[in-house]
Amino acid sequence: MKTTVTANTIQIDGRAVPVNGERNLLELIRKSGIELPTFCYHSDLSVYGACRLCLVDIQGRGIQGACSTPAEAGLVVRTQTEELRDIRRIAVELLLANHDQQCPTCPKSASCRLQGIARQLGIRHVRFRPVHAPEPLDESSVSLVRDPNKCVLCGDCVRFCGEIQGIGAIDFAYRGHEAAVLPAFGKGLGEGECVNCGQCAALCPTGALSPRPETNDVWRALHDATKTVVVQVAPAVRVALGEAFGMMPGTDTSGRLVAALKRLGAARVYDTAFSADLTVLEETHEFLERKASGERLPLFTSCCPAWVKFAEQFAPDLLPNLSTCKSPQQMLGALCKDTLPAELGLAREQVVMVSVMPCTAKKFEAKRPEFKVGGNPDVDHVITTQELAHMIEEAGLQFDELEPESFDLPMGFKTGAGVIFGNSGGVSEAVLRHASEVVAGHPVPVSELCMTRGEEGMRFASVEIGDVVLKLAVVYGLRQARTLVNRIRNGELAVDLVEVMACPGGCVGGAGQPVTADGQARRQRTRSLYEVDKRLDLHKSQDNHYVRESYRRHLGDIGGPRAHQVLHTHYASRRCASEGCAAHATCPQVALRSEEPAI
Amino acid sequence: MIAPAEPSVEAEPMLKVREILDRHDHRASRLVPILQAVQESYRYLPAEVLTYVAQELDVPAARVFGVATFYAHFAIVPKGKHVIRLCDGTACHVKASMPILDAIRSRLGLSEQQATTPDMLFTVETVACLGACGLAPVVVVDEAVHGQMTPEGAVELVERLMAQEAST
Ligand code: SF4
Ligand code: SF4
Ligand code: FES
Repeated sequence: MKTTVTANTIQIDGRAVPVNGERNLLELIRKSGIELPTFCYHSDLSVYGACRLCLVDIQGRGIQGACSTPAEAGLVVRTQTEELRDIRRIAVELLLANHDQQCPTCPKSASCRLQGIARQLGIRHVRFRPVHAPEPLDESSVSLVRDPNKCVLCGDCVRFCGEIQGIGAIDFAYRGHEAAVLPAFGKGLGEGECVNCGQCAALCPTGALSPRPETNDVWRALHDATKTVVVQVAPAVRVALGEAFGMMPGTDTSGRLVAALKRLGAARVYDTAFSADLTVLEETHEFLERKASGERLPLFTSCCPAWVKFAEQFAPDLLPNLSTCKSPQQMLGALCKDTLPAELGLAREQVVMVSVMPCTAKKFEAKRPEFKVGGNPDVDHVITTQELAHMIEEAGLQFDELEPESFDLPMGFKTGAGVIFGNSGGVSEAVLRHASEVVAGHPVPVSELCMTRGEEGMRFASVEIGDVVLKLAVVYGLRQARTLVNRIRNGELAVDLVEVMACPGGCVGGAGQPVTADGQARRQRTRSLYEVDKRLDLHKSQDNHYVRESYRRHLGDIGGPRAHQVLHTHYASRRCASEGCAAHATCPQVALRSEEPAI
Repeated sequence: MIAPAEPSVEAEPMLKVREILDRHDHRASRLVPILQAVQESYRYLPAEVLTYVAQELDVPAARVFGVATFYAHFAIVPKGKHVIRLCDGTACHVKASMPILDAIRSRLGLSEQQATTPDMLFTVETVACLGACGLAPVVVVDEAVHGQMTPEGAVELVERLMAQEAST
């Protein structure tokens, strides 16, 4: 093996590796094919340097953290020495000593990085005894569970919430061996500014943060002979579920997914893409009305419940600009609960609506008090893609051997416009496919309306239709959304429509999706949703004849009074001047919010 | 006996805090001195005041809480009128500081879990090294340093304060 160090290479374990603008030494080492174990390094976040697992031996400098060392040409690096091996093992043993080690019952058991690294480093024995008395779980949030006994203080969650979501709902508190990741004032996660996006849980290497499961409720409903379980499945779920069963990311599992749900006992399986088509008709109507009058522009989308809560907290001045359309999940819930009981000769309470979502914030959304009729929610239970995978596994179904089935009609019928809702830019594109036709007075080819697609976290597009120009902004990640909102507020930016999704790449990157080590998984899911759109017969929501039929039979006119009653909602500021506010006791906001799920 | 005035937040909604924030130009980078000033005027850092500070500085409340709990100097629960600090640094520990702590606590009916008397007159804390190791073991009552303490001597200090409070 050659050990020469040339001008632009670094020598790693005796091999010369060319330097090519890598962010740091760790990235270069990984690129060279050595998977150094780490907890605290995440390429989208700032470098924190806390886990001390990425340590390497650099000639002339001694032992250094690879994540916080620039990839300078000429370095001579060793990743495996007896000393490094010792240090790494001690670091992991210390983490384990601080951890409750209740692994078989942990929700992250199958995807835990702490277990993975302990296995990778061959740790068989922990020499240190734990010093902490067990602490109670934080179950105040309807979306997430926080188990302080499993936290390894890597800070990934803290940095995501602060750096990418711009919220900072959790942070380090106390210090030394008392140090902990906590919401403000040690309150529950459900009591503060957390918007339930769940991305902290998706990043958490252990079970310290995890989605709050509702599978037991769903099983109970399925086993209850007096109940009829109706399921809806969000677009992003079908292109990710397969990953839980070892399939390639992006595999379209629609048929098997429906079959699995039927085998589990669902009476009907509907498609949230159907109500996404419905959303497009309502939202386009609202958009063009506002565009004509020039009022309350830009219109902000409201499909993402994490964004909605964010706006209620941090941009109450812009709430009038939010689309009053319910999200597709809530539209389908409302429509089902409105029509199915009569159709099936059942009481409202006997119809149990379960939705399968890529998302933890949808759990919160379903429990908002405004989405209940007589105390009965429009959507009873929300399970994530991962939770559905667990149910399939628990039932012992061989997923890849299931005979594909199709969604039930009418609410299982969708156009491609409804399906691409799962991608960032998809809602805008779907609205454009409708708006362009209304404005132009004739169909516009779908291929001319792809300008909102892309990878960037903030994108702009404008479309000319006749003499009307529509300006659009698409953003994902709530810190970016805040930046955009500020630019709009101070007049720097004039747009007509703003699409906001909290998660990276939109719902395909939701925190309820299977956790994969494959960084490309999300991009493959995105591509796959556009493929599904191509394969479908129809691509424009206005062409969905079952949606039209719904209007004829139940909803009246698009944007009309009946449609408003079933499909629209309202928002309220969550911004208290302060808890010391003189009007706190009598404040209607506080009263409304206090009705929110207390579990 | 007069109970020390409980800092009342509602009586003058955030007036004192607003004044402190103004003095520091509402600059987030001044968070630590702002918290010091808040603690000086309220004797601790009440949650509602911290919430207000966070909002005014546009810093997440969890970050403000993190800073408030990081430094031993800050208190997030109200402290008594008199604060008795016992040094448990290495030198004091070796010179038997623990029996002193036990004596003070038992005289005041306090424990590790309960650091402040219900009448809000006394708080007993331990600190890690006051930097007066030559005088070990050391007890600091309010601002006064008492060196070469004994359990009996410490109880006497406490009783003197109790008598003083009873007569005012
Ligand atoms: S769920 Fe989202 S908003 Fe809530 S703490 Fe986690 S990252 Fe922050
Ligand atoms: S972007 Fe989608 S998956 Fe993420 S919080 Fe919003 S609705 Fe949920
Ligand atoms: S990855 Fe470098 S210290 Fe954690």
